[in-house]
Amino acid sequence: MNASNAALEPARRLVRRGLTLSLLGLVGLAGVYVLALGFTPIEARQGLAQKIFYLHVPAAWSALLAFSLVGLASILYLWLRDPRLDRFAAASANAGVAFSAVMLTTGPIWAKPIWGTWWTWDARLTLTLFLFLLFVGYLALRAAVHDPSERARFSAVVGILGMLLVPFIHLSVYLFRTLHPQPIVLKPSAPSLPPEMLRTLLISFTVFTVLYLGFVMTRYGLMLAEELQEEARDAA
Amino acid sequence: MPEAIRFALAIAAKDIRAELRSKTALLSALVFAALVLVVFNFARDPTVLAASDLAPSVLWVTFALAAIVALNRAFNIERENAALDGLLLAPVSREALFLGKLLANLAFVGTVELVTLPLFTLFFNVNLGRALPGILGVTALATIGFVAVGTIFSAMAVRTRFAELMLPVLLLPFMVPPLIGAVQVTSRLLAARPLSEMWGWVRLLALYDIVFVTLCVLTFSAVVDE
Repeated sequence: MNASNAALEPARRLVRRGLTLSLLGLVGLAGVYVLALGFTPIEARQGLAQKIFYLHVPAAWSALLAFSLVGLASILYLWLRDPRLDRFAAASANAGVAFSAVMLTTGPIWAKPIWGTWWTWDARLTLTLFLFLLFVGYLALRAAVHDPSERARFSAVVGILGMLLVPFIHLSVYLFRTLHPQPIVLKPSAPSLPPEMLRTLLISFTVFTVLYLGFVMTRYGLMLAEELQEEARDAA
Repeated sequence: MPEAIRFALAIAAKDIRAELRSKTALLSALVFAALVLVVFNFARDPTVLAASDLAPSVLWVTFALAAIVALNRAFNIERENAALDGLLLAPVSREALFLGKLLANLAFVGTVELVTLPLFTLFFNVNLGRALPGILGVTALATIGFVAVGTIFSAMAVRTRFAELMLPVLLLPFMVPPLIGAVQVTSRLLAARPLSEMWGWVRLLALYDIVFVTLCVLTFSAVVDE
């Protein structure tokens, strides 16, 4: 028992670090709430609804970061066949699904008062919805394959194909919309934010990146622990 | 003729021959497609929505669903009696093997589409008229792309639990761009719009085919080889 405990130590250390980072991120998130609600000016046209921007946009950033890294790790995996890359891709996809869920729930909450509808088939909305569904499928596939090397190869192929699907979905949805104009949709296009808003947003970006790293590290550590335990069981 | 093409054709011929002997999969896919068309007819309110307004979407959703049913079968037949192992042991490049399976699947899905199309004109009272060559063309263009992705996913899905569920979950997001493009082109063709209004979509469909057929050929060996 002691031997396997020692073998599990690297995984434990990763999980501990990951949890610490995630906790740090959560404290930071509470800070972002306080900062956004108490110390950032209220947007003139949108009022309080605009506050969700400080969660929604950074969550979108983390989700896109997560999914791009899944694609990158998938390419590298098929090339180098390093199991660490596969574990990272899986952990990143997990985090990405969580962040896109935040993005897809905060979006409609904001859109209802501002656009007057929960959902519209706007190019960006549709794209993110499909990204979310694509990566839920990716995780479902991982859960349905038992053999680790097979799982890694299959999910790498899906990761690569998925990455190339993104521009196609974007292009087709964009063409679809531009050819069929919809009622004009209000967009928060603010190229230059007031400095206080920008500050809150940048802090929130940092917090969400820390959360992403924390989630990925924890998940990676847990997967490593599972694999090590399985190896120990096979050896015994 | 290059060897790879010869091998690919041989593999496709094998699949088609096996299918023609039993015909069960083909017949069930055809019946399935006809049923989807019938269900669609009852799922619309004829007093509100004219059949012709809905027609392009009905046609393409039917094609998509029938293709999924057909693709589920593609590697199932290789799984029985471990036939895939035999194929992998044969001195055939993986690229040729993939192309062979792709051709067989295209023949299969294409047949289902060719039979569904007249049924569709009958049930939905659509007059294809001069749009027919265009519709056949866009059908081929859209089908090649998603059948290529479907072929590689079908090779994966048979190795998983819940294979019949896994394939549509993975494949449907990939069907979105070809489906949107095909519906747009079909509705313009039926309305006899000028070619310039469809050209962007046709290019998108062609680009999708080129990118995904290439990518699937390149990654197929990662799916079947240890």
